[in-house]
Amino acid sequence: MSVDQATVRRVAHLARIAVREEELEPLQGELNAILAFVEQLADLDVSSIEPMTGVIPMELPMREDVVNDGHIPELILANAPQSEGGFFTVPKVVE
Amino acid sequence: MTALNRLTLTQAREGLAKREFTSVELTESYVTAMEQARGLNAYVLETAEQALAMAAESDKRIDSGDAGKLEGLPLGIKDMFCTKDVRTTACSKILGDFVPPYESSVTSRLWADGAVMLGKLNNDEFAMGSSNESSAFGPVVSPWQREKDQAPLVPGGSSGGSAAAVAAFLCAGATATDTGGSIRQPAAFTGTVGIKPTYGRCSRYGIIAYASSLDQAGPIARTVNDAAVLLRSMAGFDPKDSTSVNRAVPDYEDAVGASIRGKRIGIPREYRVEGLDPEIAGLWEEGAQWLRDAGAEVVDITLPHTKYALPAYYIVAPAEASSNLARYDGVRYGLRVPGRDIADMYERTRAAGFGPEVRRRIMIGTYVLSAGYYDAYYLKAQKVRTLIKRDFDDVFAQGVDAVLTPATPSAAFGIGEKSSADPVEMYLQDVFTVTVNLAGLPGISVPGGFSCNNLPLGLQLIGRPFEEETLFSLAQVIEDAAGRFPVEDAWWEA
Repeated sequence: MSVDQATVRRVAHLARIAVREEELEPLQGELNAILAFVEQLADLDVSSIEPMTGVIPMELPMREDVVNDGHIPELILANAPQSEGGFFTVPKVVE
Repeated sequence: MTALNRLTLTQAREGLAKREFTSVELTESYVTAMEQARGLNAYVLETAEQALAMAAESDKRIDSGDAGKLEGLPLGIKDMFCTKDVRTTACSKILGDFVPPYESSVTSRLWADGAVMLGKLNNDEFAMGSSNESSAFGPVVSPWQREKDQAPLVPGGSSGGSAAAVAAFLCAGATATDTGGSIRQPAAFTGTVGIKPTYGRCSRYGIIAYASSLDQAGPIARTVNDAAVLLRSMAGFDPKDSTSVNRAVPDYEDAVGASIRGKRIGIPREYRVEGLDPEIAGLWEEGAQWLRDAGAEVVDITLPHTKYALPAYYIVAPAEASSNLARYDGVRYGLRVPGRDIADMYERTRAAGFGPEVRRRIMIGTYVLSAGYYDAYYLKAQKVRTLIKRDFDDVFAQGVDAVLTPATPSAAFGIGEKSSADPVEMYLQDVFTVTVNLAGLPGISVPGGFSCNNLPLGLQLIGRPFEEETLFSLAQVIEDAAGRFPVEDAWWEA
């Protein structure tokens, strides 16, 4: 499978990465080189194989459902590019 | 007396215990070496003041008889590990001047054992790369040069800063991470020892995530014993990582020097790839002979799905990366580029913050996970992973204790030499290492010889899950036979 420039634009938008018009063509070439490389898997019939879900067989550990962390809003906001009154701030989302 | 920074970690530990020198003196020798080696760009942040303060505390604990297992030993930390109150960036612009309010579990263990932090080490951006050229701080220059040629070489990647710093005597040992070969390939390029333990052996808590089902931490060190000492402190159960395994950590040092008589070593036919460099093939045969001479039995084995490992990796790793890196949105930390609305802010922030290789992998991952493609790509790749793991399970069931392979398909290359338009050329660097991550196995890279132009070459040993001890025993046999590979000429000291 290979991607056209419209698909590159769509994927970039899905990934929330702005791409300039002049970047589309080189990106298309790079992505198609990677997709052509992974295409080798087409040789392999895996219809009867279970997908791997974990390399080490183990059960997900359980813990008590209790609050064991928190009350540190200053630390959580300390790296925010913008915050106000104990909240992260973002551009207006709802008109 | 040898300059203190040129001692191995194990020698420095002995010197400290015998009071031949103090941790402050040892740390000062590293701080001086780091200042003289800035041209290598191995460190992205030096924390000399903090290091000397930690060393002074260590000296007090040594004096009072309360020394930990790594007391007073100065280490470098890959910039993928969150270090409390010390800038951590994954060598990406998108994290900007992120200062973690918490410490990674692996580094917490090192400090609890008394280690001293010298600073943060350079790596490929988000650990995506095999040459350390994708770092936002610029490439690392290897302390190694080809014979009669001063062209700057890469130290490998993604743990390029860790490998270069250990090889250039800028730390006694370093932390690193390995998702497809990022500990073992740079170790091979720099004549150092690197081990990626079994998945789940080291906690991933506080390590900046790249591909969560593949990422593991491990050490890079100057000798096999040094690596064993460091892994013992790094490994262990952590309830903060649900994939961390609750299993006792053996004293790996006991395995170093243990007999390997009767161990069965597999040589996988599929690793004899077309066009394999004759030097690499020769070293591989020599390695098998060293193990045979020490009493091991060497047998031919087959791992039939090997050639599908790298293509499967380039689906699984980008898919997981596209999900993990969705958190960099300009809201909670790091870079923010303003936009006309929130979506525009996200897109501009991520375009400005991510470098070209990270952007490529996020986009490939987004594509393979997008509606209609999941089964054809991600699900198929996860099935291929089952087959790759089954290949190893089969040979281990036949009584094979470990698998011997080359660590890399070539010696180190020059900075800029592999910057063609085809990203796959760089990906092929991991052809021998990536199977180990897909199957969750432990793998160690140990130097074995020189290329024709005098660059170190490495051998890789792959073990059964949680049998790192076997790898340390086998690797020590190779170190004893091949010798060590210290850089002789500190040409970078201006």
